[in-house]
Amino acid sequence: MPDATKPPLVQVQGLKMYFPITAGVFRKHVGDVKAVDNVSFDIHEGETLGLVGESGCGKSTTGRAILRLYEPTAGSVKIDGIEIAKADERQLRRMRPTMQMVFQDPQASLNPRMTIAGIISEPLDEHTQLSKKEKLLRVYELMDQVGLNRTFANRYPHEFSGGQRQRIGIARALALNPKFIICDEPIAALDVSIQAQVVNLLEELQDRLGLTYLFISHDLSMVRHIADRVAVMYLGQIVELAPRDAVYAQPLHPYTQALLSAVPEPDPEAEVDRHRILLTGDVPSPANPPKGCNFCTRCPQVKPICHEIEPRFQEVEPGRYVSCHIYQDQNTTAGNTAAPQTELV
Amino acid sequence: MPNGAEPALRVDGLKTVFRTRGGAVHAVNSVSFDLYPGELLGVVGESGSGKSVTMMSLIGLLPQPPAEIRAGEVMFEGVNLRTCSPEHLRKVRGPGIGFIFQDPMTSLNPVFTVGYQLREPLIKHMGLNKKQAHARAKELLELVGIPDAERRLKDYPHQFSGGMRQRVMIAIALTCDPKVLIADEPTTALDVTIQAQILELVKDLRQKLGMAIVWITHDLGVIAGIADRIMVMYGGQIVEQGPVKEVFRAPAHPYTQALLRTVPSVRGDRAPKLSVIEGQPPILTAAPAACSFRDRCPKAFDLCHSQNPPRFEAGPGHDAACFWNSAADSPRAAPLILTEHDHA
Repeated sequence: MPDATKPPLVQVQGLKMYFPITAGVFRKHVGDVKAVDNVSFDIHEGETLGLVGESGCGKSTTGRAILRLYEPTAGSVKIDGIEIAKADERQLRRMRPTMQMVFQDPQASLNPRMTIAGIISEPLDEHTQLSKKEKLLRVYELMDQVGLNRTFANRYPHEFSGGQRQRIGIARALALNPKFIICDEPIAALDVSIQAQVVNLLEELQDRLGLTYLFISHDLSMVRHIADRVAVMYLGQIVELAPRDAVYAQPLHPYTQALLSAVPEPDPEAEVDRHRILLTGDVPSPANPPKGCNFCTRCPQVKPICHEIEPRFQEVEPGRYVSCHIYQDQNTTAGNTAAPQTELV
Repeated sequence: MPNGAEPALRVDGLKTVFRTRGGAVHAVNSVSFDLYPGELLGVVGESGSGKSVTMMSLIGLLPQPPAEIRAGEVMFEGVNLRTCSPEHLRKVRGPGIGFIFQDPMTSLNPVFTVGYQLREPLIKHMGLNKKQAHARAKELLELVGIPDAERRLKDYPHQFSGGMRQRVMIAIALTCDPKVLIADEPTTALDVTIQAQILELVKDLRQKLGMAIVWITHDLGVIAGIADRIMVMYGGQIVEQGPVKEVFRAPAHPYTQALLRTVPSVRGDRAPKLSVIEGQPPILTAAPAACSFRDRCPKAFDLCHSQNPPRFEAGPGHDAACFWNSAADSPRAAPLILTEHDHA
């Protein structure tokens, strides 16, 4: 469980990641795709922050920008008190062992020409001075930790199933004893029965090694399971950030409400009289976000002010942050949480 | 809905094998089911459980070779589609049985406008002239909820978003008023809010058009919301089948039970630990001689290792291929009568 007295392990302030749009022969800069636009959050040590949103909302880009796999346009990222966003390459390289990533597609993120032992020991080759024998022992230890049979060490990725490949990816991420791991949709490519195995493994490892996770996913039910706090992203911005139980019991932002109500429930009795908040239309392009609130084009509770002024991301209850005009500049939200949920079909 | 009505589609003992360099893969092993008019049948299973291959086999959409349909009967309007002429099969695809594929981007032709792709089946199958086809195409786009249909007919697939493309796919499948519509994971590639839109659309269209629908998915939540009957597939076989409410309330097969337990929910109580199904799905290199779930099954006993279980009745219209009697919580005796599963 997170220790609130210590400073957060990860501090992200005003992170922006714009991808330039160029046109013509001279590649003139004509605009930006605002993939991540002013995102701020903290993650405490030992905590899991779930980052959810639909495809294209910028959740993976956020993860990659935090680890400097992209060069962020603006903002600050501090991990363990050290500034990452502006660190030069040598400093960054020294920081790499503390922060690791588990990628979405275990097929694409493992080199098909390397053996499992080779893949898992690559970070050790790069960052440690261990002898060959020590490395192999460490590889075996990691394979045990993620539940892979040691005898598989000399096999190649194609010989494994999706779930096992994801275990290999996790073992590689763990090789340098990181403090912070970004899991970018680690279970999206897996079957339901295998997803649960991988999620349980991640939880076990967290308990045992005191890891901190940023868990990026579009699967709201899995995030509910693994995360301590949840951040909901829409069109490059975080619209709601709150402790897990609060978000699922009483979502505040109209987008979170719609998102949760759209998740089908595996219970036919409950499905019959469920009220879905149906959003109309599609997500606007991040190259040309609407004026005012990003969600104003699809929001069922839209007000005139939403088309004009961008809402601020502010704390409405202790630990609960929302970016919405409904809750703007109010100290209590008791009256607002019962706001009518209009149904748009 | 099996109260005396003639099934719209009857599949009996379907077997499909893929011949690969690594040996044969027995993808579909004696699958039998009926589909009744106006019914929505949900098919669930993990990847590789044979759900798509079953549906593709029955309307001859698999390239042969490498696929080989070894046995079985597919009865549609009094004709066995497995033995009928290719011409007849071509006539059935579209007006008889429509198909919606999983990925709308790869199943729409990128170099033709959406209008062209909608008009083509109308002219070829329905005998409409160009003008009529255009009017009908516009109607169909409106039916699936695409605004500004007249103008959108001139657009190419890449100009549509994912959800809109899937609506176009549905519109194309509806062009010839199919009696049976097979939808292969139509919402898997979509976001939840767009999925909710498509699900509402299908519920609505079903009421308006009254066709029988087969909905393939791996998402039990989707099935719970729209299906009348559910069919659970594992290892190329139907392991459980029954009315949706019955199967969710009292799943009879240990696989269905485990599957329902592993799915976390966004509502209700949060389980502290996810329950898992240990192990991996089977590799289907041989026709099953024993239960294909035995190695992962908590209830497996000696009989499961020596015989492939036939489908036992578990309630009205509800059956499960399992030697364990979940209702009585006791093993069943070995069957005396041979069923299609036993001589597989």
